[in-house]
Amino acid sequence: MRPDDDLRFDTIPFAVVNTSHRLLTLSPVDLVIIAVYFSVVLGIGLYLKRFTKTGEDFFLAGRDMSAWIAGLSFVAANLGSLELMGWAAAAYQYGILATHWYWIGAIPAMLFLGVVMMPFYYISKTHSVPDYLALRFGESSRTLSAISFGLMTVLMSGINMYSMALVMRIILGWDINFSIWVSSITVAAYVFLGGLLSAIFNEVLQFFLIWLGAIVISILGLIEAGGWSGMVARIHHNFPEQDYTHLWRGLGSFSDNPMGIHWTGIVLGLGFVISFGYWTTDFLVVQRVLSARDLRSARMAPVIGAMFKMAVPFIVILPGLLALAVLPERLVGESQAGSGAHSYNEVLPLMLARYCGPGLLGLGITALIAGFMSGMAGNVSAFATVWTYDIYRALIRKNAPDAHYVSMGRWCTVLGVLVSIGTAYLVMQFLSIMDYVQALFSFFIAPLFGTVILGMLWKRATPAAGFWGLLAGTGASIAMFAWVQLDPSAIRYIAFSPHAQQMAENMYRALWSWTVCVAVTVAVSYATKPKPISELAGLVYGVTEIPSEVGVSLLHRPLFWTVVVIVIFFALNLIFW
Amino acid sequence: MHGPGVLSIWFFIGVLLTIYGVLITGTGLYELAYPLANPPVLSNLHATLWWGIVLLIIGLFYLLRFFPRMS
Repeated sequence: MRPDDDLRFDTIPFAVVNTSHRLLTLSPVDLVIIAVYFSVVLGIGLYLKRFTKTGEDFFLAGRDMSAWIAGLSFVAANLGSLELMGWAAAAYQYGILATHWYWIGAIPAMLFLGVVMMPFYYISKTHSVPDYLALRFGESSRTLSAISFGLMTVLMSGINMYSMALVMRIILGWDINFSIWVSSITVAAYVFLGGLLSAIFNEVLQFFLIWLGAIVISILGLIEAGGWSGMVARIHHNFPEQDYTHLWRGLGSFSDNPMGIHWTGIVLGLGFVISFGYWTTDFLVVQRVLSARDLRSARMAPVIGAMFKMAVPFIVILPGLLALAVLPERLVGESQAGSGAHSYNEVLPLMLARYCGPGLLGLGITALIAGFMSGMAGNVSAFATVWTYDIYRALIRKNAPDAHYVSMGRWCTVLGVLVSIGTAYLVMQFLSIMDYVQALFSFFIAPLFGTVILGMLWKRATPAAGFWGLLAGTGASIAMFAWVQLDPSAIRYIAFSPHAQQMAENMYRALWSWTVCVAVTVAVSYATKPKPISELAGLVYGVTEIPSEVGVSLLHRPLFWTVVVIVIFFALNLIFW
Repeated sequence: MHGPGVLSIWFFIGVLLTIYGVLITGTGLYELAYPLANPPVLSNLHATLWWGIVLLIIGLFYLLRFFPRMS
């Protein structure tokens, strides 16, 4: 589950309800800026095609990326279609609490990936997370994980595509079919041509664009509000009944904060299970790090990614807070929006319109489009790899030439995009599908983290335990979801409070499913025969030789920069406590 | 990166930001001469012009630093 998925539930009604107006009008220079962007990303795909000949090139970018490129790509692949708009809206609605999804909901897990888990992923030379499960636990675990990941990835990609097309219709009045087909064909073309190498190149480019397009709002907003202290004073003046500017102060009780969440849910549910599950086992992001040229780069990439991730709230959360301070009107929930009143979800376009004239507006819209495309490219390139290596090669055709798998990967990219488009149109007809698909996606990640982490750190974990633990954790998650759907009052058992909101339910459900997975894995392990130690070399802690960093200068050591990030992480949480 | 012959990603970033810098700086200069009928908030700061210059500087830096013949 992407830690930010919950917010996307809010975005759809926004687009559906308000279809009679557009928020922004683009000038010719804005359109030129957008056209130049599309030309450059396609040009990169065309240019890189000649460098992607082997499977290693196409699926893992030749394992030749520097730590910086892999790290930036790692973060950019997570900046999905509605990241900017959804979290700016969340910041307007919940205040600075939304920052938890960027800090405690990401940073510890990213550092853990770099410091603890990456050596096993990298030294085992695995090409995907399901492949690691195959090496560690056997084919049944791989198959379960690969099929669920592949299916959910393309479905989620379709949902995001549909959401973004709706957003473009609301903001700019663009036809929904035009948005879906132009953006998805562009992504399909450049990933088809250059594989992961092309996806990574474009993700780094898109990362720059997102920053340069979005930070203008934060800078101008702070100038207008009179700096941070001026902004806080204005928010307190405008909304005296709520505390929008403290990260932790209101989390002592479910009813003391607008999210209806307790700090245990944030720390254990978000900060531990959901975050660790997503950042350490979701192949969409892990694939970027696996493309690093050596182990040190692979360990450094998540640390570099964490540094940038910590800064993302300054372009995503801050505009939402600034809107609380400077917008003359009060934004409302979806049910009250319309007839002149804007919803929370329109906060970013409203701030764009407030500060940006021709040129800057085009740059801001390009940032939104870039966010969508980087997320979609991440989905389709990960899908192509898992389908080709973990399903097609593992189950259908085992010993084909490398060129055959490259060809399969290319056409899988097209297939993945077409399935995504099909999902987008399906969702258009049956909106409730979206809730179920997003929930389905969340069923797999938390237990998968339990299986992978036990596999890496515990020699005694057996192949049978890996499979049954994963299956039991997933089944428990589905059962809890169904229970609350059938009897909403059951939330008091899942999330320990009848006041818990949907976000809290998701976090506690993740925590429970992870616990079930771990408990079943441990129990089955003690009842079944473990693998011989000789078969665990390179896969498990204690039997894997990790290269020493003696002789490497301090500034080139991942551990040193990990400590730096941890210090900044704690400092930021204390400053905004 | 990725063996000899592949242009650096930073070069592509330089190309794109330079083009954007030129376009947005040009727009900012045009707005100096012909102010907008409905200017955005803080238009007196000429954000379009200044941000265009920032993009141009960053773009030119990457373009020249990672230009194929010089890298």
